[in-house]
Amino acid sequence: MMVKLVTIDAKGMHYTPLNQQVRRAVEDGADEVVVQNVLGQRFIGDGLKGDATIHVYGVPGGDLAMFMSGPTVIVHGNAEHAPGNTMDAGKVVIHGSAGDAVAHSMRGGKVFIRGNIGYRGGIHMKQYEAQRPILVVGGSAQTFLGEYMAGGLLIVLDLDGAMKARGIGSGIHGGEIIIRGDVDDACLAAGAKKVPLTDEDRRRIAPVIREFAGDFGLDPEPLLNADYTRIVPASARPFAGKYTWE
Amino acid sequence: MSNNLGSMPLRYRVTIDREQCMECERCIENCSYGVFRRDGDRILINSRKCTACHRCLAYCPRDAIMLEEQPCDYRSHPVWTRATREAIYNQARTGKIILAGMGSVANLPIIFDHLMLDACQVTTPPTDPLREPVELRTYLGKKPSRLDLRRNPDGDIELATELAPNLMVETPVMLGHMSYGAISLNAQISMARAAKETGTFMGTGEGGLHAGLYPYQDRMIVQVASGRFGVNIDYLERGAAIEIKLGQGAKPGIGGHLTGEKVSKDVSRTRMIPQGSDAISPAPHHDIYGIEDLSQLVRSIKEATEWKKPVFAKIAAVNNTAENVAAVARSSVDAVVIDGFRGGTGAAPRVFRDHVGIPIEVAVASADRELRKQGLRNEVSLIACGSIRESADVVKAIALGADAVYIGTAALAAMGCRVCGNCYQGLCPWGIATQRPDLVERLDPDVASKQVANLIHAWTLEITELMGAAGINSIESLRGNRDRLRGYMLDEGLLDVLDVKPVGA
Repeated sequence: MMVKLVTIDAKGMHYTPLNQQVRRAVEDGADEVVVQNVLGQRFIGDGLKGDATIHVYGVPGGDLAMFMSGPTVIVHGNAEHAPGNTMDAGKVVIHGSAGDAVAHSMRGGKVFIRGNIGYRGGIHMKQYEAQRPILVVGGSAQTFLGEYMAGGLLIVLDLDGAMKARGIGSGIHGGEIIIRGDVDDACLAAGAKKVPLTDEDRRRIAPVIREFAGDFGLDPEPLLNADYTRIVPASARPFAGKYTWE
Repeated sequence: MSNNLGSMPLRYRVTIDREQCMECERCIENCSYGVFRRDGDRILINSRKCTACHRCLAYCPRDAIMLEEQPCDYRSHPVWTRATREAIYNQARTGKIILAGMGSVANLPIIFDHLMLDACQVTTPPTDPLREPVELRTYLGKKPSRLDLRRNPDGDIELATELAPNLMVETPVMLGHMSYGAISLNAQISMARAAKETGTFMGTGEGGLHAGLYPYQDRMIVQVASGRFGVNIDYLERGAAIEIKLGQGAKPGIGGHLTGEKVSKDVSRTRMIPQGSDAISPAPHHDIYGIEDLSQLVRSIKEATEWKKPVFAKIAAVNNTAENVAAVARSSVDAVVIDGFRGGTGAAPRVFRDHVGIPIEVAVASADRELRKQGLRNEVSLIACGSIRESADVVKAIALGADAVYIGTAALAAMGCRVCGNCYQGLCPWGIATQRPDLVERLDPDVASKQVANLIHAWTLEITELMGAAGINSIESLRGNRDRLRGYMLDEGLLDVLDVKPVGA
């Protein structure tokens, strides 16, 4: 079958007409949309449905793939703040680093980032039945990783040996954070606790790590066999003991 | 015994007039709190469980039940009130933050009650609404700061300016945001039907949109709050407008928290979270850490919905409301909702409910003035809420600068709510603030929707009469028309903030 490819030159274009062109291309049945010369345009793929693949060349602005439901967005560069914000389904692959609040309130799909992410990555990710969001970070994450996390899977591979996150999982009440290597207890926030990664956990994350390695041309084997720290909620009801009734 | 405080004095005492009682047991059936039970040939009463919800009184066929509030006196003391003492006993026992249901109980003067409305007499006669139409229809959203016209090929003049989408409301009374979870589906459906019938709109709250409300989606304002519960592209596309909740009058500065007990199977599906898990809405939106970020969130929603829907933002009324509103008005939103400190809630920390925020009257007046000063008034509509109790409050709020109001508690009262403030117990015998199927069933949407529609209809008639009496024939002429208000026993400082003259002036 012929792949229908549409190329858009974003040079000097405001994000609204750019997003209209992307949306139009997908509605017209494009399988692949290549967006060239992106320079800070926000909201690319925002609210987009379907199963097209969007290739972004350059540096997209904030809220990439926000509310997205289905498509794949591949960024050949860095991304700004909150890619995958409140995303429903689909996949975001970033061949670089991203800013703060990556995958904020994401409820489904996958966000893979080869490089580093900023503060409060994976904040308030949540899950419902089969919808379980996955965020994988190749490099390091900053402080407040997985804050308020209510569901889903967050993996940090720390491939560059510079993991910086402190205050991990503050207010976490669902889901799991898995970090390659050891994590100092002092880096955990109130409400989070470390548990050993079981063989079952390792089997569960193996396909995710293989997929991530495949997307970025990495050898999965050392990652599959590495040591990991698993961080989970100390309680599903972190605030249950805080209140009394009038 | 873990404390030496013993039991607190009864809040309410329920009695049965045994002469009147025919032992039909309707009180036992109706009371979900377990006040009544049968023991042998007698109906026994446990007053300690009573919430003064009046369900038993309302359904007793013989008027045999009587209820008394605070039957036991404390030593009277103007400083150490009953409420302060009982809060201390509670916290001495538990060491916790006290949560309470419904709006503020602080005994502070209500500004609305100190504002008098105008009417025409001889110098200008009143208009007769029977004969002369009084236009209540209003449009919520951005208005252009200028209009460009062009001549089309046929020689006709047409509008060249592109207009932003507005919501057309037939009456300036809308139904505020109360989520599925906080209230029952039947309560939501009842209000949605009333909104459709009366040509107004209703807010979803932060609880998603249940499929049972899809038939009324063109009357729904869908909310995006910090927890993002139930928010996806489908939800955004269904709503007639989208409202970003930044704050709530009953608890400014803090988030929300639906306890796991209330996250039933159906509620969990609508919110898109696991059954029984706490639904925690953080205090800030964690993708809004500054006013520039608000603009980004507003525009992300507009981009997702292709700029076809108005986007509102709701803030709590606090000290610098005017500056906050002016900032929000620059963020591409179409309307700003201001929620006063008396606003309702299913649950809020008592200390916030009674002590944080400012009244809606001053918040809306200062916001309207600041927007005009900055040349931004056309950029946003203003929606006032938080203790709108009657049609006069609506007229006064509009005269102080609002475009429309949201009502919450008043709509619940129209469905039977007696403002007992026990919403958090999840046992609402009126079928409103509960998810228990047998209680929810008590609220018949066919009946309750009519009652809510009746209330909106009645207020609309009263607003029409009040406007006619003042010789005002359209809502635009009332909006911000402070000359039609006078302050009665308000101090000079407050009159200055409201920009209202004293009575007699």
